[in-house]
Amino acid sequence: MFTYYLELALRSLRRSPGLTALMVLTIGFGVAASMTTYSVFRAVSGDPIPWKSSKLFVPQIDAWGPNGLSRDNDGEPSDALDYTDAMALMRDHRAKRQSAMYQVSPSVVPVQAGKHPLNVSGHAVYSEFFPMLDAPFLYGSGWNADDDAQRAAVVVISSKLNEKLFGSVNSVGKTLNIEGKDYRVVGVLDNWKPQPRYYDVVNSGGFNEGVEDVFVPFERAIAVSMPNDGNTNCTEIPKESGFVGLQHSSCVWIAYMAELDDAAAVTAYRQYLDGYARDQQKAGRFSWAPNNRLRDVPAWLDFKKVVPSDTRVSLLVALGLLLVCLVNTVGLLLAKFLRRSGEIGVRRALGAPRGAVYTQFLTEAGVVGLAGGVLGLLLTGVGVASVGLVLPKSISALAHVDLSLLSLTLVLAVVATLLAGLYPTFRASRVQPAWQLKSN
Amino acid sequence: MTLHPILASLRKHKAGVVLIALQIALTLAIVCNAIFIIGQRIDRVNRPTGLDESNLFLVSQQWVGAPSGDDAAGVDKLDTMQLEDLAALRNLPDVASVVPINSLPLLNSSWNGALSLKPDDKKSFIRTTYYFADEQALSTLGLHLIAGRAFTAGDVQHQGMRDQRDPSIVIVTKAIADKAFPKGDAVGKVIYLNGGGKPVTIIGVIERLQVPATGSWVNDFAWNSMLIPARLNANFSRYAVRAKPGRLDAAMRAVTPALYKVNPLRVLDDDSVRSFAYIRQQAYEGDRGMAILMGIVCLILICVTAAGIVGLTSFWVGQRQRQIGVRRALGARKIDILHYFQLENLLIAGVGVMIGVLLAVGLNMWLMSHYEMTRIPLLYVLTGVLAMLALGQAAVFVPARRASNVPPVTATRAV
Repeated sequence: MFTYYLELALRSLRRSPGLTALMVLTIGFGVAASMTTYSVFRAVSGDPIPWKSSKLFVPQIDAWGPNGLSRDNDGEPSDALDYTDAMALMRDHRAKRQSAMYQVSPSVVPVQAGKHPLNVSGHAVYSEFFPMLDAPFLYGSGWNADDDAQRAAVVVISSKLNEKLFGSVNSVGKTLNIEGKDYRVVGVLDNWKPQPRYYDVVNSGGFNEGVEDVFVPFERAIAVSMPNDGNTNCTEIPKESGFVGLQHSSCVWIAYMAELDDAAAVTAYRQYLDGYARDQQKAGRFSWAPNNRLRDVPAWLDFKKVVPSDTRVSLLVALGLLLVCLVNTVGLLLAKFLRRSGEIGVRRALGAPRGAVYTQFLTEAGVVGLAGGVLGLLLTGVGVASVGLVLPKSISALAHVDLSLLSLTLVLAVVATLLAGLYPTFRASRVQPAWQLKSN
Repeated sequence: MTLHPILASLRKHKAGVVLIALQIALTLAIVCNAIFIIGQRIDRVNRPTGLDESNLFLVSQQWVGAPSGDDAAGVDKLDTMQLEDLAALRNLPDVASVVPINSLPLLNSSWNGALSLKPDDKKSFIRTTYYFADEQALSTLGLHLIAGRAFTAGDVQHQGMRDQRDPSIVIVTKAIADKAFPKGDAVGKVIYLNGGGKPVTIIGVIERLQVPATGSWVNDFAWNSMLIPARLNANFSRYAVRAKPGRLDAAMRAVTPALYKVNPLRVLDDDSVRSFAYIRQQAYEGDRGMAILMGIVCLILICVTAAGIVGLTSFWVGQRQRQIGVRRALGARKIDILHYFQLENLLIAGVGVMIGVLLAVGLNMWLMSHYEMTRIPLLYVLTGVLAMLALGQAAVFVPARRASNVPPVTATRAV
């Protein structure tokens, strides 16, 4: 019976090609606009480390108090740590793994003669950074706690920098000249480029086209005064000049991440942070009550509004477009179905139950939806491919077409059209056979 | 023509009428807000920075193995290196003038602070951004001095990037001058920076200079800029260069070899020499994209709605062939039939836009509470209303004309 309805639907659609094309175009454009913006939204709102994000936490400590000069009045502590607090947290080492980190942008001198120095970006981190974030290594590994303590001149580089400087070979053990000093390569990361750059959202702004090329030990970077390339926020002028002055000041410039495995560990860490702030209060460094936060990665990304609001607004507007397309389809299907009142009347008079009318017309709506979906697939492909013309590269590069997006496009088109077809079908099934037969 | 017959017949097509009205309402709501977003973005992109942007470019470079700049000797060494660079750049044949500067408008890398009228005042302050530059700042950047004087070579100091010292004189923008000294007598007045206690004298006022950041967080001080007469010494430096008219490309090409000649131990890559036009394009890429995206959505939306009106009206015309024939046979002219459908559409669209205005304002209020949006001006909504009514009339014209062409003889024919 279904194939018969399918045949009927196709025949009916062929009979009014203009109206059919209009409906298919409407569905196609509506679905494609939604799916294209959704693909971008999906790319920027995804969890960068889904298997572990709920165990990774960003601590915030209020080092400025309620009178901080450059502070928004929302009661939130600053989104980075000052040197004193970051070092205290590292020293106490209360989480399973943890790392303070700051953004650096040193120069690297290639070994090949005649090549000019180049600028790379990266972070100064502790050894636990790599296992904590499950950073994948192509060669070698991260450094160890001894290297941290001894301020060893070691470096982990990206596979991209490895290729550029050493030409895709295992460069572990080789020497890299950073800021005029020699570092020993201990590991090469395997194309590691988490988006958003969740371990330092404050400085990366979330999304970044570039790959981080170098990671050096934190205390080594401090020892050689490798300048901080990220944001520095101060509530008062540092009392001393220079990098040392920055370290002694209450300026915040250090990002921090801690791994806490279960609820008990989280509670304990919260208590530890509050205890620490209370000790600082007793010691007279803070003149205010503890005001700390401990957010896991998803909550942190949400708090820092990492998903650009333009992306959300675009998705909303596209969904609005889809809604209008659906209302439009309801109208067109209604016109199409009621135009065939005579045919329905005959079918009903010959004994077809209402259910049969339902099946027939919903089949027809489904066929329209499927055709719209196929068109939508093509347009979504075009849309995702050309989204780079419209959106910044750092975001558009993340959007991609995959099987789930394709199937979602088809399902959305068919389900939406079936929903749109419900009311017209209902009206069609209400057609009174007697009237139709009489008036014809 | 009386409305009565139209209303009576609309009552028979409730569903279709509701659908068209709903569609017009939704389209109006979305299009109004989308066009408003586009308008806002265009305003943002078109705001002048205060610079003379043509023939201007920026050089950013980093020395390798340079002193850290934390001690006096290191700072002096860095300053010598910077002066050598400046001399080399100023000697280039296609270069008109050069200024060492820590940032430029739209560069999104800034040093921000606050100024107050009283010493050690941490409570009431005006937010500002600092540009560290030398005596060639005004001529190179094309800034307009409207009061006081410019820096002279003797005013210009140099300091390490992390030196926390305040200057003794500054030039401020009119935005700061007006806010701090509403009487218009800012020149010669004393201010204090960053809650400090050292008096700083305003020696000049420039008309306009935007801050480097373009994010919404600077919205309340986007024009509060201050020029400080100093070269900043760090392991990197930036130079804003004004090329001689029409010689921008040649000047940009000459920079890299000239600087390598001074000192090859430095980082100069593809991104190191950027024209201001490129910086502008980079800064507003997202806004441009959002405006285009909203434009595309509006276009699709309008087409879909117009097509929907054409489709449904055509159906009605088809349904009412006989009635139209009867009316024609009873003496109605073609123009009467045309007007009938046009008036009918106007009625439906009228109801649609009324609901649409409410939806548009509601959507705008919702966007305001969730995102950075301002209140939509009435003009946008009114324009949208007129546009939707015009769209309805345009869409209904083709099927209405077909209706008016129904011959009177149809009345006598059985379908």
